Amino acid sequence: MEALLAFAVGGLSAVGVYLMLRPHLIQFLIGFLVLGNAANLVIFTAGRLGSEFPPLVQRSGEVMEPIANPLPQALILTAIVIGFALAAFGIVLFFRTQEVLGTLNAEVLPEVLEEAPTPSPVEEVLPPRPEKERVAV
Amino acid sequence: MSLVVLPLLVPLTTGILALLLPQRAQRFMGLLGALGLLAAAAALLVQVNQQGIQAVQIGNWPAPFGITFVADHLSALMVLITGVVAVAVALYALLEADAPRERLGYHALTHLLLFGVNGAFLTGDVFNLYVWFEVLLLASFVLMVLGAGRAQLAGGAKYFVVSLLSSLLFLAAVGLIYGSTGALNLADLATRVGGVDPTLMNAIAMLFLVAFGLKAAIFPFFFWLPASYPAPPVIVSALFAGLLTKVGVYALIRVFTLLFTQEPAFTHGVILWLAGLTLVLGALLALAQGELRRLLSFQLVSHIGYMLMGLGILTPLALAGSVFYALNHMIVISALFLFAGLLQRLQGTTVLVRMGGLYRTHPGLSALFLLPAFSLAGLPPFSGFWAKFTLAAAGLEAGQYAIVVVALLVGLLTLLSMGLVFAEAFWKEPPENRPAPGHPGGLVLPVALLALLSLGIGIWAEPLLALSQQAAQELLEPTPYIQAVLGVSR
Repeated sequence: MEALLAFAVGGLSAVGVYLMLRPHLIQFLIGFLVLGNAANLVIFTAGRLGSEFPPLVQRSGEVMEPIANPLPQALILTAIVIGFALAAFGIVLFFRTQEVLGTLNAEVLPEVLEEAPTPSPVEEVLPPRPEKERVAV
Repeated sequence: MSLVVLPLLVPLTTGILALLLPQRAQRFMGLLGALGLLAAAAALLVQVNQQGIQAVQIGNWPAPFGITFVADHLSALMVLITGVVAVAVALYALLEADAPRERLGYHALTHLLLFGVNGAFLTGDVFNLYVWFEVLLLASFVLMVLGAGRAQLAGGAKYFVVSLLSSLLFLAAVGLIYGSTGALNLADLATRVGGVDPTLMNAIAMLFLVAFGLKAAIFPFFFWLPASYPAPPVIVSALFAGLLTKVGVYALIRVFTLLFTQEPAFTHGVILWLAGLTLVLGALLALAQGELRRLLSFQLVSHIGYMLMGLGILTPLALAGSVFYALNHMIVISALFLFAGLLQRLQGTTVLVRMGGLYRTHPGLSALFLLPAFSLAGLPPFSGFWAKFTLAAAGLEAGQYAIVVVALLVGLLTLLSMGLVFAEAFWKEPPENRPAPGHPGGLVLPVALLALLSLGIGIWAEPLLALSQQAAQELLEPTPYIQAVLGVSR
């Protein structure tokens, strides 16, 4: 079981790293989600496998032996929630980036930044949304 | 009654209240919350100083099972200076924050960021450290792109991407260290890491080094910082510059004194090399910059090297130097970033060639700039001098002559860089047909406050230096820390 999971972690990592190295930011985000699952599986595997019993305590208070380790599951649950929040923010951020800068190519973004080295002035806050998309439809 | 959770509760309450209050009241709430945080942090430091290391078990779950918050001298000092920076930035924001950003929740977000930063400083559990990092990261992502200017979005995307990468590495490292020891509580881990194969521990240590190094912007992971920090307005970037990289440095100091001390010749040798390269590259790249905030960003990177240098040498004096340097640098770099905002306000630009002539119209302001600038370069009698002096003395004592030479040379390069800024922005003739500079008004107050604090620490260095030495002592002798958390000495 450990060997199988180790291969799964390796495979997911390979896919995740490949996607994260692509220049397109949405591909990066998908790569992050895949690699995040690989990291979660690492925690799961590291928490010692070997039991199919749920980590539950009986009403009488005695523990079912052998018991699965509940801690990795709690950690992974937390990590999944955080990963979800980050991915949600990333999607919104990249949507807005596409809207304002017109590109999601990571190789073009540095040049965009070079154009405007000074901090964005107050007037630049909340630029008006381009009207043309709404009209064009 | 332990005060450990107070620096967490104050910013959290402030953040929530600031969301609910009307817009005009928010900025005063922001200042009030920052002052409250400073008071709470000061009270915590006094308590730690008098009663030793403070630990709190949330929900009364005993130590290795529950959530632990610990405050030793290092944590308490970091939280205290966080409070100082928060007050200065809140004062600046009182006058400078623009209405659209306030409407979008600028004040609430800054306090949630402070909440995350303090949580990272005070947590006693490596998985919770990951969670606190995410809390502060999410707040910082939103602050970074709030208002969605072009440069902000481009810099924000870069910052987001790099932060996600370091989070993943951190998460994987947490999984591996849990797998090899079966513990997550830092104190519990410290008692168990001795039994693990040192080669495996070194591999995990390198994973932690990369994860925290990305956040602390050390060589070779610093490229993202100068690309993203100059983008948001100064009330955001001053806060980031003062606090966020220091959280990475704090995490490095914590794990590399408590957990990864089996083979210091390897792990701390690597850190020392990275420290030297960070110092030199940051300083040289800073000299090549034509825009003030990018220049300061590279200076920020360069000076992270000093803090790493103390950690790499790993003697009591060197660690005290690292802690002192981190505290001093939080004050100085925030002051310089706020000053950049001031210059932007006065001259309408932070591009150095387009600036000039301020010495004639604002001599007092020009003199004020020299205070944090000299402190950054490490001239006496400023706090930066004592920080560098402690590190150099520790390096000579430990026989690490190469890094001391590098550190002193970088001090000279910093002075050169700051001198160039002074010559460009203040001394030279103003460019033709430029509108007359405006008046900084009350914005000088927070900058002057930080600059004078740096001068005050420099003249009256003894108390803070003693506290830093106490912190270093606790880091190198973790038994009281473990005892405070676990309740028993194992």
